[in-house]
Amino acid sequence: MIKKRYILNFPPESGDKAFTYHLVKDYDIRINILKAEVFPGKRGSLLLELQGKRNNIENGVKYIQSHKITCEPLDKRIHFKEENCIDCGNCTAVCFAGALTMNRESWKLEFDKNKCVVCELCIPACPLNLFEIDFR
Amino acid sequence: MSKIKTYAEINQKLKSGKAVVLTAEEVSKLAQTASPEEIVERVDVVTTATFGAMCSSGAIINFGHASPPIRMEKIRLNGVPCYEGLAAVDSYIGAAACNPDNPEYGGAHVIQDLLEGKDVLLEAWGKGTDCYPRKYIKTKINIETINEFTLFNPRNAYQNYNVAVNTTKKMIHTYMGTLLPNLRNATYSTSGELSPLLNDPDLRTIGIGTRIFLGGAQGFVVWNGTQFHTTKPKNEFGVPVTNAATISVIGNLKEMSSGYIQGAYYEKYGVSMFVGIGVPIPVLDADIARRVSINNSQIETSVLDYGTVGQPKLGQVSYEELQSGFIKIKGKKVRTAPVASLSKAREIAGELKEWLQNGKFEITQPVQHFPQNTSLNSLKETEADND
Ligand code: SF4
Ligand code: SF4
Repeated sequence: MIKKRYILNFPPESGDKAFTYHLVKDYDIRINILKAEVFPGKRGSLLLELQGKRNNIENGVKYIQSHKITCEPLDKRIHFKEENCIDCGNCTAVCFAGALTMNRESWKLEFDKNKCVVCELCIPACPLNLFEIDFR
Repeated sequence: MSKIKTYAEINQKLKSGKAVVLTAEEVSKLAQTASPEEIVERVDVVTTATFGAMCSSGAIINFGHASPPIRMEKIRLNGVPCYEGLAAVDSYIGAAACNPDNPEYGGAHVIQDLLEGKDVLLEAWGKGTDCYPRKYIKTKINIETINEFTLFNPRNAYQNYNVAVNTTKKMIHTYMGTLLPNLRNATYSTSGELSPLLNDPDLRTIGIGTRIFLGGAQGFVVWNGTQFHTTKPKNEFGVPVTNAATISVIGNLKEMSSGYIQGAYYEKYGVSMFVGIGVPIPVLDADIARRVSINNSQIETSVLDYGTVGQPKLGQVSYEELQSGFIKIKGKKVRTAPVASLSKAREIAGELKEWLQNGKFEITQPVQHFPQNTSLNSLKETEADND
């Protein structure tokens, strides 16, 4: 069993496919919708956490992609210029998902991207502007 | 009577490589098993450091004269306004200065760009005079082309600082970071037991002329910092429980490194600059040994509500609690986050320690101590102004 987060972007024409139903029924995947921005007749974006057997998730993702929906692991959509980070901690003040935390020994920033819920608060909170998240 | 050492004795030991230098964190640990009397015997210098956003910073720049020359009466560097009220080609660029149309790029970023060797666009205007006939110049400058490039910061390295929280229902954006509504986070900024002015709270060894680590080079304390306040309430360990003393520092930016100077932008607040400062404290006697032995559980600071006018105090917490990740305010568990870099401060304390051990850095006795019993005026509005 693995648990992994994906960002889905779908074009207007694929908006109303019952793909979540198929993911559950055909691939035995547990779905947790963490964030959704869907406008009928327009593009939409979803942040999903998929839980299931590794090969089921891989096949489920292929199934989604075959319906003109882009589906990419969340960590591929988070761009963090880690090499410029000064470990000030400002971003950890706003990250309630616990993705950004300070290591209490080294006082260096730790980033567990798989805990991110794309609240996007860290983007303006970083005084060095090191975050970019490609959700929409 | 316990041992007393002089600056000259300590410098002699530093020169011969026999001095014992510890960081303030190391000495705090040592103090768990050693008394102040033993520490004076065993330790010669303690290094302290901080790496935080310090808005009251900036650089003196001399651009050099062009031919024909210009008396610069309005100056922009990459569009950022610089002070024009000095001699023809002298200027001061404040870290927080910015062009309102491009608020995310400010003086601190210009200083950083120059430090990194990048070209910066200079534009200047003058009315044209008999001796300075030119009225306009537009050219590129960099760290090699300018003459003096001097970091001169009127107020740095606050001795302690408040914890910021927000009790209102609205998220607020401050220089202490983003404060979530309903007391959902708390931010703090000093490096606690590693912080320079907390290790010498009565400023016995830090004064005018003290040689320090500044931005990766040797710099100096030149004056007390602005808003220098020595009569704030202190706790039982003699440490002020809120922001108190400050220092004004100077150093040659041409010798500094961009790893210790960093431009920053705070959403809906503005530009500031992270500055790395390290201060060596000579262990002259048992009193100083006791001061540098202070640890995070003994240093306390005030929790202020940044969401409410007047910033009422909601409580008092120790750095040990702050660094644990949670504090209690009004019976509520509140998550804490630093807004200054302890890991960078440790790097600085370590580097300064190396400089001292390698005989590259001499400690200095202050030429003059800072004033005592100071407090602050607030800005009053006279009745006539409100007519
Ligand atoms: S967007 Fe940033 S602040 Fe929000 S959960 Fe992800 S990492 Fe944390
Ligand atoms: S706010 Fe930016 S610079 Fe500071 S720790 Fe987070 S990512 Fe690093």
